Amino acid sequence: MQQQHSLPATRQVTPAAPGESIPVVPLRHPLRLAIAVVLILVALSAAWDVAVNQRYHWDVVVSYLFAPQIMAGAGLTVLLTVVSMSVGIALGTVLAVMRLSANPIVSTISRGYIWFFRGTPLLVQLIFWFNIAALYPVIAFGLPLGGPSLVLGSANVLITPLGAALLGLSLNEAAYMAEIIRGGIGSVDKGQYDAARGLGMNSSQLMRRVILPQAMRVVLPPTGNQVISMLKGTALVSVLAISDLLYSAQIIYSNNYQTIPLLIVASLWYLLMTTILSFFQTKLERRYGRGFDAAPRRNFRSKTRSMTRSKTRTIR
Amino acid sequence: MNTAMVEAQGVRKSFGSTEILKGIDLRVERGSVTCLIGPSGSGKTTFLRCINHLEKVDAGRLYVDEQLVGYAERNGRLYEMKERQTARSRRTAGMVFQRFNLFPHMTVLENIVEAPVHVLGRPRSEVTAEAQTLLDRVGLGDRGHSYPQELSGGQQQRIAIARALAMKPRLMLFDEPTSALDPELVGEVLDVMKSLAEAGMTMVVVTHELGFARQVSDQVVFMDQGVVVESGAPADVLGNPQHERTQAFLSKVL
Ligand SMILES: Nc1ncnc2c1ncn2[C@@H]1O[C@H](COP(=O)(O)OP(=O)(O)OP(=O)(O)O)[C@@H](O)[C@H]1O
Ligand SMILES: [Mg+2]
Repeated sequence: MQQQHSLPATRQVTPAAPGESIPVVPLRHPLRLAIAVVLILVALSAAWDVAVNQRYHWDVVVSYLFAPQIMAGAGLTVLLTVVSMSVGIALGTVLAVMRLSANPIVSTISRGYIWFFRGTPLLVQLIFWFNIAALYPVIAFGLPLGGPSLVLGSANVLITPLGAALLGLSLNEAAYMAEIIRGGIGSVDKGQYDAARGLGMNSSQLMRRVILPQAMRVVLPPTGNQVISMLKGTALVSVLAISDLLYSAQIIYSNNYQTIPLLIVASLWYLLMTTILSFFQTKLERRYGRGFDAAPRRNFRSKTRSMTRSKTRTIR
Repeated sequence: MNTAMVEAQGVRKSFGSTEILKGIDLRVERGSVTCLIGPSGSGKTTFLRCINHLEKVDAGRLYVDEQLVGYAERNGRLYEMKERQTARSRRTAGMVFQRFNLFPHMTVLENIVEAPVHVLGRPRSEVTAEAQTLLDRVGLGDRGHSYPQELSGGQQQRIAIARALAMKPRLMLFDEPTSALDPELVGEVLDVMKSLAEAGMTMVVVTHELGFARQVSDQVVFMDQGVVVESGAPADVLGNPQHERTQAFLSKVL
């Protein structure tokens, strides 16, 4: 305390010894503090109001939170998200690499795919896959112009509502992921290609070992957004009569008219899922940010700062 | 018998309709150091990239270690090389770039062992031990676990040299290895290159460091506008240039 008072004098008279830091009095922010207090009060009173308001029917919320129908719906939502995102990312990576190919036919095919699947409503795509049997009663792989073909079976049997949902969501997602991954690949310095090729890597090694890991840094944040909007976007599959989380809640409240409590139940589950996802996103971002941006430097800097601080304290 | 490490005969290269290399003739003996000098845009980088198959030669013949670059010659015809073959041929030469081009997402040690492990398929433990020796050799034995971003430019360039050496190349190519460095860091990189030359490595160095060229090289090649204007012993080309373009360039650089 005493040192703090005599700080200006200390500064003038004794220059800091090399390696030793001068005590710092942090700048105060009275306005910032006042705003924070007001905001906290507003938030608390709002929360209190929600908690005590009888019309939210918290008892109903609690009783349905772990209802079997809701749990099954949540499970289906997770399944749809995980499968569609995985296929979307894998196919999107292939499309992104195709799009950047020097072969004009390959890149045009990718461009056309992206153009089509981003340009038509997802709802239309889902209904299209669901009704594919009307267009193609039998699914078969074969050569054009009546060559031999491998018949897989009737479309009605092969494409179940769940299959149609997965197909629709995955193929649509791939188009978005392709653009995100292309942006990521484009963000990698051109010198990296020279360096990798100069070391004798072929195109596939170059992509897998050098370019894509660096692209990840740029790809991850928008991909996190994609996963979260996919999680909530899966609710669209209710048009195919698939009982995902939201649809399950809707079925229940259409019977008991407890609309708000059941929507709260669904929202709580969505919130839990997005929280878990954000947690993993942060971890992944840290993992792929290694060696990049300010991450290691910032650690270094904050370490020195805290060292300085503790030193100051000991001086005091 | 052709014993040169690099032999260029009328090498030509165009980008679009502009011809950048207009018939380069050059010989680099095994174990020798060749310095390429010349004004900006004269095609030095392009020629170096041709040697390492990073650019395709359009006409003429370029032999590296007695292998024709980019093509296979059979029955008097040239066949373009497949990608895998090209990748394989690139292992003959190690390349060091002006802007280091280290892999930023890997630690120093990972940068060095990457290609020997994943391209040559050698056991990681063996390669790691060698990498450590290389790091010691470039004076950075204690920085193996740092990321490139945490190092100075001079340190990064020395790592880049170690990374290229880890592939055991028979030829080292340097493209202005010190141009992106602060002046006080140039010396440490040149020292590593000097010791490499003393150890008998064949080197082709594009550089503006005429002191280095004079001291270390066996041959200095002056290029301008896509042709070799003058070449010979450093004392001759740098000390007593015959061609007026060489004289003009040297008077500007010195
Ligand atoms: N990939 C490319 N596409 C089109 N033009 C190129 C390409 N690479 C190089 N050039 C052109 O070729 C010419 C020679 O370039 P190069 O990099 O070989 O010169 P340099 O002698 O290395 O010059 P500097 O000293 O500036 O590095 C330049 O005019 C450059 O613009
Ligand atoms: Mg150059």
